[in-house]
Amino acid sequence: MNYDLSEEHALLRRTVREFAEQRIAPVAEELDREHRFPYEIVAELAELGLMGIPIPEEYGGSGGDTLGYALSIEELTRIDSSVAITVAAHTSLGTMPILLYGSEEQKRKWLPDLASGRKLGAFGLTEPDAGSDAGAAQTRADLRDGHWVVNGSKIFITNAGTDISGCVTIAARTSADEVSNVIVPNGTPGYDISAPLEKMGWNASDTRELSFVDCTVPEGNLLGPRGQGFRQFLEILDGGRISVAAMGVGLAQGAYEQALGYAREREQFGRPIAKLQAVSFKLADMATEIEAGRQLVYKAAWLKDQGRPFGQEAAMAKLYTGILSNRVVNEALQIHGGYGYMEEYPIARFYRDQKVLEIGEGTNEVQRMVIARHLGL
Amino acid sequence: MLAPVKVAVCMKEVPAAAAPKRIDPGTKRLDRSVEGALNDFDTHALEEALRLKDSAAETEVVVVSMAPERASESLRKALAMGADRVVLVSDEAAAGSDLVATTAVLAAALERESPDLTLFGQQAGDADGAVLWAAIADRLRLPMISQAASLELQDGKVRSKRQTEFGYDVLEAPLPCVVAVSDAINDPRYPSLKGIMGAKKKPQDVVSLADLGVEPGRAGEAGSRTAVLALAEPPSRGDSRRIEDDGGSAATEILSYLTERKLL
Ligand SMILES: Cc1cc2nc3c(=O)[nH]c(=O)nc-3n(C[C@H](O)[C@H](O)[C@H](O)COP(=O)(O)OP(=O)(O)OC[C@H]3O[C@@H](n4cnc5c(N)ncnc54)[C@H](O)[C@@H]3O)c2cc1C
Ligand SMILES: Cc1cc2nc3c(=O)[nH]c(=O)nc-3n(C[C@H](O)[C@H](O)[C@H](O)COP(=O)(O)OP(=O)(O)OC[C@H]3O[C@@H](n4cnc5c(N)ncnc54)[C@H](O)[C@@H]3O)c2cc1C
Repeated sequence: MNYDLSEEHALLRRTVREFAEQRIAPVAEELDREHRFPYEIVAELAELGLMGIPIPEEYGGSGGDTLGYALSIEELTRIDSSVAITVAAHTSLGTMPILLYGSEEQKRKWLPDLASGRKLGAFGLTEPDAGSDAGAAQTRADLRDGHWVVNGSKIFITNAGTDISGCVTIAARTSADEVSNVIVPNGTPGYDISAPLEKMGWNASDTRELSFVDCTVPEGNLLGPRGQGFRQFLEILDGGRISVAAMGVGLAQGAYEQALGYAREREQFGRPIAKLQAVSFKLADMATEIEAGRQLVYKAAWLKDQGRPFGQEAAMAKLYTGILSNRVVNEALQIHGGYGYMEEYPIARFYRDQKVLEIGEGTNEVQRMVIARHLGL
Repeated sequence: MLAPVKVAVCMKEVPAAAAPKRIDPGTKRLDRSVEGALNDFDTHALEEALRLKDSAAETEVVVVSMAPERASESLRKALAMGADRVVLVSDEAAAGSDLVATTAVLAAALERESPDLTLFGQQAGDADGAVLWAAIADRLRLPMISQAASLELQDGKVRSKRQTEFGYDVLEAPLPCVVAVSDAINDPRYPSLKGIMGAKKKPQDVVSLADLGVEPGRAGEAGSRTAVLALAEPPSRGDSRRIEDDGGSAATEILSYLTERKLL
């Protein structure tokens, strides 16, 4: 066993941490308040090769691994969740399906723009009437004269509507009992994108409702064999969970550090509140649980990098860090007292940003269903 | 089109910003066993070298450092940013070097590389001497420009703006020469992920004093000409008064304090 990060992973972590502290932290509050998409930051991340970490170099990515990707997402979330989810959804949901299931021609066509961060990718699975039960998706794609004609709608889709969004891969019914994934480029007639949805958190990330009315794309935009959509998106979500779990650890770490700093400075009853056992025990519990959650995430990433089954561990990591980040951010805000309720401290933003980690890419309940299935139940 | 040049960048490892700072009361030296990092000021010098390399691909950028061997981890960042190789002078006998001893060693390492241009940061973030480059230029008998806020290479010359209180001095020196850059000269790049993954393949030569032909008596404590006799906390400011601001009241209070004492 070896718990040390390799020198590359350690340097990558340090680099992303420095970048996040120096380039993102100063603007995070403003981006959140103004609900402004972080175009400049995305461009800088692209320059550093962080918009395509686990994508091979031959397709314009950085050729990194899942652990390096998870470390990067963790460090971004330690400072700002909106930037982190933009990178995570783009990589795990937007780009991965094309890498995993695309033909050589599709990969050559789409990946260089996506992996280099010139364009953003999105994945449209959720529908107004099909959330946890994603297999119930009603959006249809009918093959007519060598084209897929798409009709239906998707909701809560990340990265679909920015100025640099390139395409969305959607799950659609290609017959009554058949789901397939189809790539729809932004700008295709009949593909309409709503105004940004108003959210409780992740305010600087882009979330949209999509509608398709006789939206026509070439037959060649089908991803992988017809009818494989269900199996494909389950696999995509398995991988995506590692990055959302990394967000849980990063958010908890950031919240914990803020609480620690505040507790050392804030004096009540003649001494720093950190000296009160009730407060120091909270911090001790947070540090302990974060460490446990981090090990789950790294193990899932490591398994994936070894080419071994990782679905159960990824679901466990996602479930555990979702709940963990909820507990930690709650106690971290509590330690801030009334100041924590004011937007002038970042902890309020962290509190608002946390909740969705227990919902997106499978709710806590869905993770338990996945884990139970792995347990043979 | 610029002629290809060889640029040496002198970089120091200092305790990382987040690491605890402690002076060992026994040796009276800074405790350097904590996590280290590249001296921030020196990344500006490296960035300037990398810009020369960006505009003329044949430019070679060599990082030169004197430090214990574990500094190679910090120096990897320089390679990830784009430096071609590192020469790390590491020797038990170099421990405890003062200015005289440090420059004896670094000058020998630089002499061996014989670069066209040698760049320094303005100061080391731990000792804050802002002096080493002057001593190196003196030992190597090379022209030197300090506080460079810009740098251009032209026809075998360096042209540089030096920031002063009233504006800029524009200075020119023939190559080879020594330039210490100010931290206003540029924004250093972050290493890219590809750079990070490629850094391992780049050479990091660890050399000893013997490799450089420096006699042990000229380095380390033996070669030092200064000794730290005592260390003391700075005296606390006795009769200072703290003024808390309350909706702008502080300015008025400071003003009346100064006028009362006829200081305005
Ligand atoms: C900010 C944000 C970004 C998102 N980005 C994307 C994206 O990019 N692409 C995409 O496709 N989707 C995206 N989603 C959608 C997300 O994946 C869904 O919201 C999520 O899967 C839950 O679906 P739902 O909202 O329809 O909830 P529902 O499925 O209606 O669930 C409601 C509640 O019922 C519970 N529940 C449902 N079924 C069961 C069951 N069988 N057993 C026990 N409990 C159950 C759930 O756990 C939940 O508590 C995003 C969502 C948000 C909020
Ligand atoms: C008795 C005594 C013992 C000492 N022992 C030690 C010791 O064991 N270890 C130690 O690190 N210091 C030691 N020092 C401090 C040492 O003298 C100074 O580090 C040295 O004089 C350089 O000064 P500075 O660090 O202030 O660098 P500055 O003059 O502020 O540095 C200017 C620039 O020089 C370059 N530079 C500085 N140091 C190095 C280096 N090591 N390698 C490459 N480039 C460099 C950088 O570009 C830097 O920006 C000792 C000092 C005394 C008086």
